[in-house]
Amino acid sequence: MKILVTAKRVEDPESKIKVKPDGTGIVQEGLKYKINPFDEIAVEEGLRLVAKHGGEVVVVSIGGKEVHEQLRHALAMGAHKAVWVNHTGPLDQMGVAGLLQKVVEKEKPDLVILGKQSIDDDQNQVGQYLAEWLGWGQATFASKAESFDSENEKNKVPALVVGADNKTVRVVREVDGGLATVECQLPAVVTTDLRLNQPRYASLPGIMKAKSKPIEELIPAGLGVDVTPKLTVTKMSAPPARKAGIKVPDVATLVEKLKTEAKVI
Amino acid sequence: MPRPEITDLYLIDELLTDEERAIKNTVAQFIDREYLPIIGRHFEQGTFPMEVIPRLAEMGVFGANLQGYGCAGLNNMSYGLILQELERGDSGLRSFASVQSSLSMFPIWAYGSEEQKERFLPGMAKGKLIGCFGLTEPDFGSNPGGMRTRAKKEGDHWVLNGTKTWITNGSIADVAVVWAKVEDGGPESIRGFLVEKGMPGFSAREIKGKFSLRASFTSELSLQDVRVPDRNVLPNVRGLKGPLSCLNNARAGIAFAATGAAIACFEAALEYASSRVQFDRPIAGYQLTQEKLADMLQEIVKAQLLGHRLMRLKDEGKATPAMVSMAKRNNVRVALEIARTARSIFGANGITVEYPAVRHMLNLESVYTYEGTHEVHTLVLGKAITGLDAFS
Ligand SMILES: Cc1cc2nc3c(=O)[nH]c(=O)nc-3n(C[C@H](O)[C@H](O)[C@H](O)COP(=O)(O)OP(=O)(O)OC[C@H]3O[C@@H](n4cnc5c(N)ncnc54)[C@H](O)[C@@H]3O)c2cc1C
Repeated sequence: MKILVTAKRVEDPESKIKVKPDGTGIVQEGLKYKINPFDEIAVEEGLRLVAKHGGEVVVVSIGGKEVHEQLRHALAMGAHKAVWVNHTGPLDQMGVAGLLQKVVEKEKPDLVILGKQSIDDDQNQVGQYLAEWLGWGQATFASKAESFDSENEKNKVPALVVGADNKTVRVVREVDGGLATVECQLPAVVTTDLRLNQPRYASLPGIMKAKSKPIEELIPAGLGVDVTPKLTVTKMSAPPARKAGIKVPDVATLVEKLKTEAKVI
Repeated sequence: MPRPEITDLYLIDELLTDEERAIKNTVAQFIDREYLPIIGRHFEQGTFPMEVIPRLAEMGVFGANLQGYGCAGLNNMSYGLILQELERGDSGLRSFASVQSSLSMFPIWAYGSEEQKERFLPGMAKGKLIGCFGLTEPDFGSNPGGMRTRAKKEGDHWVLNGTKTWITNGSIADVAVVWAKVEDGGPESIRGFLVEKGMPGFSAREIKGKFSLRASFTSELSLQDVRVPDRNVLPNVRGLKGPLSCLNNARAGIAFAATGAAIACFEAALEYASSRVQFDRPIAGYQLTQEKLADMLQEIVKAQLLGHRLMRLKDEGKATPAMVSMAKRNNVRVALEIARTARSIFGANGITVEYPAVRHMLNLESVYTYEGTHEVHTLVLGKAITGLDAFS
């Protein structure tokens, strides 16, 4: 089967994000970038399914030349080929979904796996738009909801199972207070939650091999998509700074303060 | 505000290819996520986290700069970058990788028969077979040419007798590359023997009481009438050149890697100095601390440039022993000094394993001594400069 996965370039979650003083965005100087962690999980799940069922994983990213780094990362993990939608400038969720729709129509995958959201603007919309516009079924927030280290985990049925006839996919989703298992006809769109899998480390020979894997370049105009945003970010602000804690001299004072000030006991 | 990128003040990252950078970042991520959280405990308890071996093997770390036989076939620069990230974790892990790759796999790869390569290298690359390198003896450290370990021919076997000491990975090794003199010969008769675990008369004993490289196995090997079959002798090398070429390989990696420990100490000290308040100000704001940080960074950048050039020269086949000696001598010494300075910035906290400085500082005392002591590298360089041999 053919699986399309996404690899958005986002700020490294471990770097310190600072909002520009005028609120128009974040300070980009000195920041490191990575593949969106949810997308990395999507790549991993795609690779696992293909290992079981055969086929290929195609990875797509939208952005300037710098997104090659994320495409190469996915290729190094084992993806077979990459599609680069060359676009710089603002883009909203509908723009992204519109571009992905065209890529899907071109590549004709059996399954599209995306991160449920990207950790930069946390919108959680692209997968849903994409499924809607393609007219495909969707299963969002695929998850396992188990500690990865537990014995149980190792023997557990995977959260994403493709039916024996290659016509359906069964997905375990994380919902409030538990798990829901849904079945969806293929082709379908699945979005990944954090606890679906633990992505592999790329092997070092894999990194070298990625160099010679193909990256196909597309442009929005060539795909016939108007990506003029319908949504604009008008202001960004940092969360209010936390007040420094205090030290109390003894347990009695602590209990007293928890009672009278924090009012938690 | 601390900026970790400050350690790359001279944009040395830009001198790397995209693939070299990706290799470095991948190993760095593994170290950050999987190794740093556990190393303090292992160092304290004097244990080695065996579980990381298969995972590093899966990534292709072991014998990474060798071609074929299941090895990754990367260049020496990539190999150096891998080791530097392992060393940023702990010198014990980097020592494991250096010994496995440069001192055990390399001699088999370079001097072994086809049959030996097929028999050992794929398993060693996978981390299923662990190797060690037996050169040093109780009475012969800097002067290995004086070794007493002997091999005598008996039919289609060799009988080995002797003691090797300070052998990294000795007690967990499946195969030991043991260097011994043949019959009554001198240093020119030295040959390499692949002594396998379980051969009668061969045993390894863990050296206790170490305050350095605590998260690494160091052992004494005892060989009493060990019968080693002909097919376990490295056919293609004779004399001290064998072990010394392995060491030369390993030393280049170590010279490059030592900066990893220095970076770990510097970054942690910078973060600590920025948040530790004394006399109402972060200690990073005081001139004396800033001088320490400036000195540390300056030496890190210089060491990185030296290491970078060394690996490029090695990839071009132009690296000489004098170049390797200069880099090992400089980079390990400055890393040790940086670790000590970092330790002082942490104040009392600096003497615990909660912070990395004292651990690296103690480790680097070994690195200063092994793979050619600092003094021995001074003499190699001195000989290259003057043409006069000051060893004896
Ligand atoms: C943790 C650890 C792991 C090791 N792992 C291995 C291993 O895997 N395999 C292996 O074979 N060995 C290993 N070694 C041994 C290491 O290579 C030796 O310790 C090193 O070669 C020095 O030998 P020595 O300790 O006998 O010191 P010595 O040679 O006795 O030196 C003592 C001092 O005298 C100085 N000195 C010696 N000769 C001269 C001279 N001509 N001029 C001036 N100064 C001189 C030295 O520089 C040093 O300061 C390891 C050592 C350590 C500490």
